[in-house]
Parts: sequence; C-alpha cells; structure tokens
Amino acid sequence: MAAAAAVVARSSSLSKLRPILRSFASSAASDDNRILTIETFVPFTGHLIDPPSRAVDTTPAEILSFFRDMARMRRMEIAADSLYKSKLIRGFCHLYDGQEAVAVGMEAAITKRDAIITSYRDHCTFLSRGGTLLEAFAELMGRRDGCSRGKGGSMHFYKKDASFYGGHGIVGAQVPLGCGLAFAQKYSKDASVTFALYGDGAANQGQLFEALNMSALLDLPVILVCENNHYGMGTAEWRAAKSPSYYKRGDFVPGLKVDGMDALAVKQACKFVKEYALANGPIILEMDTYRYHGHSMSDPGSTYRTRDEISGIRQERDSIERIRRVILSHELASISELKDIEKEVRKEVEEAVSQAKKCSMPDQSVLFKDVFVKGYGAETFGSDRKALSAALP
Amino acid sequence: MLGIARRKVGLGVFSATILEQALQRALTAGSVLPKKYSTTAKEQMTVREALNTALDEEMSADPKVFLMGEEVGEYQGAYKISKGLLEKYGPDRVLDTPITEAGFAGIGVGAAYYGLRPVVEFMTFNFSMQAIDHLINSAAKSNYMSAGQISVPIVFRGPNGAAAGVGAQHSQCFAAWYAHVPGLKVLTPYSAEDARGLLKAAIRDPDPVVFLENELLYGESFPVSAEVFDSSFCLPIGKAKIEREGKHVTITAYSKMVGYALQAAEILSKEGISAEVINLRSIRPLDRDAINASVRKTNRLVTVEEGFPQHGVGAEICMSVIEESFEYLDAPVERIAGADVPMPYAANLERMAVPQVDDIVRAAKRACYRSVPMAAAA
Repeated sequence: MAAAAAVVARSSSLSKLRPILRSFASSAASDDNRILTIETFVPFTGHLIDPPSRAVDTTPAEILSFFRDMARMRRMEIAADSLYKSKLIRGFCHLYDGQEAVAVGMEAAITKRDAIITSYRDHCTFLSRGGTLLEAFAELMGRRDGCSRGKGGSMHFYKKDASFYGGHGIVGAQVPLGCGLAFAQKYSKDASVTFALYGDGAANQGQLFEALNMSALLDLPVILVCENNHYGMGTAEWRAAKSPSYYKRGDFVPGLKVDGMDALAVKQACKFVKEYALANGPIILEMDTYRYHGHSMSDPGSTYRTRDEISGIRQERDSIERIRRVILSHELASISELKDIEKEVRKEVEEAVSQAKKCSMPDQSVLFKDVFVKGYGAETFGSDRKALSAALP
Repeated sequence: MLGIARRKVGLGVFSATILEQALQRALTAGSVLPKKYSTTAKEQMTVREALNTALDEEMSADPKVFLMGEEVGEYQGAYKISKGLLEKYGPDRVLDTPITEAGFAGIGVGAAYYGLRPVVEFMTFNFSMQAIDHLINSAAKSNYMSAGQISVPIVFRGPNGAAAGVGAQHSQCFAAWYAHVPGLKVLTPYSAEDARGLLKAAIRDPDPVVFLENELLYGESFPVSAEVFDSSFCLPIGKAKIEREGKHVTITAYSKMVGYALQAAEILSKEGISAEVINLRSIRPLDRDAINASVRKTNRLVTVEEGFPQHGVGAEICMSVIEESFEYLDAPVERIAGADVPMPYAANLERMAVPQVDDIVRAAKRACYRSVPMAAAA
C-alpha cells in the first residue's frame, strides 16, 4: 500500500494525463465508501501495551470529511481571532487552530453515546460533536442564540444531547469529572466510554492522579487524553514536568503516544483505546500536537517560543496540509476541488458570523434563570436588592 | 524624606532598583514641583508599579522573601506584576511553578513553617480554591494549634473578583470566604498607595495574609505623595481610610468598589447629599472603630462589595454597627453587592450582576430619605 507521505508531484502530473477519470473519481469521492488502508505518518508508542497497527482503514468519504471539517474548524478559530480583536468577543478566548486533527479523528472513532469532556479550549470539540457555527459564534459574542444562551462564553460550550460535557475553566478539573462520567456509564451498563481531554499544563495536576487511581481500581471505561501542545500557557513542558512522557505518567495504567497532527492516527488510536477501556478500564492517550495561537488572545505566543518553531510546524506537520496530500496522492479530489471546499467552508463561517452578529443579547429576565433546577421560590437579588429581586422558580 | 535623598545619590549607580527607575521617570516627566519634595507633592503611580516596586524592595531588604507562582518569572508575570524580578533575583527566589495550586501553595506554607517568607501568587483567586485547604488548615490555624511555635509568615496574593467578560468560574470575590477564618489577615488595596503600603506590610507581617488585588485596577494611575516612594513606606494592617469626608451617609467599600463609591459620592454631592466614603483596606481585621465612628457621625450606612450578598462583608459590617451604634442609625443599613447568581458572560447580564455607580447612589438616597423602596420582580 502506498505510503501516506505521498508525492504531490506524481499526483498532479497524473491528473494532467487523466482529466476525465479524475473528475469522475472526485465527484463520487465524498460518497465513496470503499476501504482504503493508509499508514500513519509515524508509528504509535506504547506504555505497558502493544500499540495498534499503523495501517488505518478509512474511506475516501471519511478522508474528505476530515478535510472539510478541519478546514471549517480552522476558519472558525481564525474568525474568532478577528472578532476578539474587534472586541465583539470579550474576556478569555483560547483558540484550537493547529489541534483540529484530535477533535476530528476522535469523533470518527466513536459514537454520540461516548462522552467527551475538555478544557476551555473547546470551540472545535463543540463543533465535532455536532454543534453549529452559529451557536458557537453567538455564544462567543454573548448572544441569546449561543449554545449556552450567552451565559457561558468561550470557555463554557456544552452539548449534552451529543454527550459533550463542556467546556471547563479550571485547569485539570475536567479529568475527575470525566472519570465520573465513565463511572456513570459503567454503572448504567451503557457500553460507552468517556474521553477526558486535558493539556500538558494540566497533566501535573494532582487531581488527575487521584481520579486515575480510582478509575483503575474500579475499571472505569475512561480514556485520559493529554493534548500535548508543549506549552502550559507560557511554560514549556520540560519546565513544568519532571517527566514529559505524559503517556507514561499513568504508571500502572497503560498509555499510547500518538501523532496528534495526523487525523488518521488519532482515529486509529481512539478506536483502539475505546475497545480497551470497555474491556479493561482506564488508559492514557498522549496526542503530540501544537497550537498556532498563543495560550489565549491575551498571549502573543511568541515570547516563549520562536516564530521559526511555529512556522516549522505549519510547514511540516499541519494536519490539514497532510490530509490534502493524502487526498491528492490517492487522487480522491483535485487541487482545485479542495480549494473549492475551502472556499465553501470560508463562506459558511462568514455567513455564520454575520448571522450571529445580528442575534440579540439575552433578555434581562434570564439573569436569574437556571441558578437551580428547582428553586422552591427562594428569593434572589440583583446588585441593589431593593431595586431588583426575584423568586427562583 | 531622608530615604529619597539617599536614593537620589544612588540614581547614578548601575543597578538601580525598579523603583529608582520609576522615580527617575517621574522626575524627568517634567514635574513643575520643586526637587525638594514636601509631603503634598503629587506624582502618579499605577497599581502595577506599586506592587512591582513593593515586591522588589521587600525582596531586596530581606533575603528570606521569595516569589512563587505561575508565569511569575520568565513570562514576567501573567499581569506583569513581577516584571524584572527574575532577572534581578534569579530563579532561586523567583520560581515558575507548574499549574498545580494545591502543590505549590502547600510547598509555600511548608517553607514558611521553616522560617522563609514566601509570596505565593494565584493567577486569580478562583484558582486558590484548588489550594484552600492549605490556606486554612495549614496556614491560618498553625500558630494557634502549635501554641505559637509554628508561625506562618506567608502572603497569598493575586487578582480577586470580577474582571471583564471572564465568566462564572473566573469572577468570584473571595473576601468574605477568607475573612471568615480566624488566623488569616485579609487585605484589599484600592489605590497605588494602598497597594504599595499594604503589600509591604503584608510581607513584613508574621502571619498568613491573603492579599486580594483587582485585575482591572492594575493599569489605573493614582496620585501619590512623595513618602509613598520611600522604601520604608508601610500602611498599618487593620486600619481603614476615609477617602472622602462627609456628613449625611457613610459608604463602605473595598477594592474596585471604592472608585465606584467615590463616583457615587460626587453625584450625590450635586444633589446635596454629603457622603463619607470609607476605603476598608483591611477586611480582617476589620476597622470596626472607623466604621462605627463614621456611622455615629452620619447616622446612615451603605455597604458596597462586589461579592455575593449572602454572608458577605456587608453583612458583617451591618451587624457590627447594630451591635455598637444601633441608637445612632436613622435608617436601615443598605447593602449593595454582586447579584446572587454565577457571573453571566453576556455583557448586558454581566452589567446587572456587578454593582454599578447608580446602585450606590440609589441606596444612599434611600438611606437619606428613608423612601419606601420599589422592589422590582424580575
């Protein structure tokens, strides 16, 4: 089987020779479900476990969907950058561009009954779980049609009907919560798993080890996924962790190190660990990935890493470019068709942004809504308790 | 005064303290004031500069003082409060920690047990909840439990309360929480003078101090008198400051709300109401004497705070006044606080969740006219 690191030159010269065949192939490619087996860019590394094979079964339809979905996520994050700079997004805004392959590859391996929980860098995970661009942008701008009705903001996107449990602002907190989700899944005999995502910064949090220990004792179907983008805010991993081999940090819990910029590798790993976790209990995935933006929009991201490093990753490991090369080398679509997809996605994002801008702010009455599920009519107050008070329903 | 003379000589020396550099900037900024400063001379200082210079001077004066926290070193501080300190004092005294509050707060308290004087920074006090066991059980109570053997000369500092649009998990005010605990001192600076004097006092204090700053105040510039620049400048812990004298109503506030209270006082003065604004500066110990003396003069009280209302700072102040000055009250005590909801993100909802100047004005008027309030149902 041809290696995934394909030669673009070969495909483009072939495409000149066989224009008819090419257009026939690509128009059907997005519906094409024949199995293609493609190798991951690098092999997996296992800790206390034999890693899965590098040969990933996929289909042209899936690969094209990876391209489209990652392109959409990339565009969304870039649009969010502009909106933040024009002050339409306030507070904190943590962007995921660079890390799209993790969200997209994971989704391809699991169902909507499997749960995902992550940190504040949650926009793309929300999208991969079925959230819409409009809900995302409206939430970022604090409008009533946002996924959290404008009350959560960037760090607090949720989609419970797709088993996406947020969106968490306190570093590391989502991991014990994820183990709790897995506890409930096992308790309810749901045959589903939870993926609890965290970064290399959070990997040193004590609560992870506490929750992991309990998960191992109870054989919970939880997968701890360290999205190692190598910097915890401004601190490089080697300055924060005595051992930055995050996939080994589970000690007695097995782990797998994955090239997180390779959507197919991510898919293979997630498929593998889901099976493992259902049968045996917790396992750790370390995704070797990278964020192009700084930690948040208030961090330029260039005081603690070089511009060469950032552009180097973009040139050599960018997840979207890799999928583009795979598509072209397997002649699943032409260069111009891929550009068309990118144009479509760009337009989608622009339309969602302009629609979101027209959404209204939340109604004042929702200030007191959802404090409790059941408030027993208890009195609640605004900042001047004699000017504004209400009964909690 | 002498301190300033000494420093003027030192300005030619190569390694000027950060304060000396700030003073140099202030001097060359074209001040029309005579070089020989009187205490009425007014220079400007931001809260950030105040905190930075206070840290620098205290670290310079006492080698046992060290700083620990996330991004305090190489990043120059998440909010640039510790800018230049790593370069000056080295990695043994300015430590970048991993994102592990429980761990590094505990380590800080342990170092304090041994006799060092740590300054532990929380990037915001919301994250202190990960470490709160160490603040309360390991720091606050140790001197008592050990009958004075184990004192804990530690300072926990960082931004507290709401910023702008940072949502529910990043906006809580912890003044009432920490002030609840005997064994902790809780300080809430407002101005640059407060920040400098209180941080110096906190670092020199032998007990655990929770030092609650405010992110939105860091960039604000305040006029400061010459003595504030002196390296021995210090403010007493447990003493409030009358920011504005008045006759008709007392308004207590701390941190950012002091600015709002002063704005409210200005508006009220145009309507013939003279408000006395008390900058609490210290939540524990609380300056009950100052508050009660003021209420005995004005007979009316409005308490202002950013935090949640129930069991808040205002509740304690009200009780203190009822206990000590009940007969002096001519109106019920009014309370302005944050709304009783997790902080919403949307700008319009956030505005409703944080006290505004209007709220303070309205409450002061109620206290003065004893008008029947219109309680609006939401």
